[in-house]
Amino acid sequence: MSEGFVSRGFRGRRRQTDDRLPPGQYLVEGFPVLSAGPTPRTPLDEWDFSISGEVDEPKRWTWEDFQALPSEEITRDIHCVTKWSKLGTAWEGVSIDTLLEGVETAAEHVLAFCDGGYTTNLPLEDVTGGRAWIAYAHDGKPLEPEHGGPARLLVPHLYFWKSAKWVRGLQLTTYDIPGFWESLGYHNYGDPWREQRYWGD
Amino acid sequence: MDERRLDGNAVGGLLGEVFTFEVTMAEAACDRCGTVAHVGETMAYVTEIGTVVRCARCDNALIRIAQNPRGYFLDLRGVSYLRF
Repeated sequence: MSEGFVSRGFRGRRRQTDDRLPPGQYLVEGFPVLSAGPTPRTPLDEWDFSISGEVDEPKRWTWEDFQALPSEEITRDIHCVTKWSKLGTAWEGVSIDTLLEGVETAAEHVLAFCDGGYTTNLPLEDVTGGRAWIAYAHDGKPLEPEHGGPARLLVPHLYFWKSAKWVRGLQLTTYDIPGFWESLGYHNYGDPWREQRYWGD
Repeated sequence: MDERRLDGNAVGGLLGEVFTFEVTMAEAACDRCGTVAHVGETMAYVTEIGTVVRCARCDNALIRIAQNPRGYFLDLRGVSYLRF
């Protein structure tokens, strides 16, 4: 390869990219799929999303109700605990803030539950304040089942196992319930910038 | 003190006998649908994060295994019993 290939511009871009890459991560262009079970195929007319647990009144939306909620376009970098990162992924979905509007709760934790039995736990404050969404489109197209469609949780500031595929609801709790991977040695919080992959990190 | 209440080390011998069986030949009962099948007849999903062994009939997670720097984690919550 000629010397000219490593132009100043190229180095500059690399540096900018590295700034966006948490420790121990590498960049991918594709979108790897990691599933520990069959891909659920819930018909949209049977799909619903619910807010339950420590709330005055549980809430529930059908697919049709959900589509009528105000949606947002979201562009974020995502980081998988298996060490791949993907920059500038584009999503569309409903902010959890919108779903929790008017919900009175003493809860400090949420447990996301999903078709197929997957769960993941998060502090309530990490899914509010414009930091988490229920996403139903990716790259301008309906979210494919293998990537969690019809809808997945999107919490891009934490490792991507927290962004539960095939999500069907959030259970609000006053105590913390470790989820599917969190109970098997994976970090309870999962901040990629602090490289919180495993217990004790 | 109840004389039947013993230190766990007292069953070290028994547990040592139990945990030597050929696991794929053991029968596992699904705690969701009740299906009993040899572990070798179930469905395994192997990922970089961990492995999930599922009931071939209802896809319930029978056995979950993670192998990471914190050790091996074995979760048998989805199995109501193993017979071997």
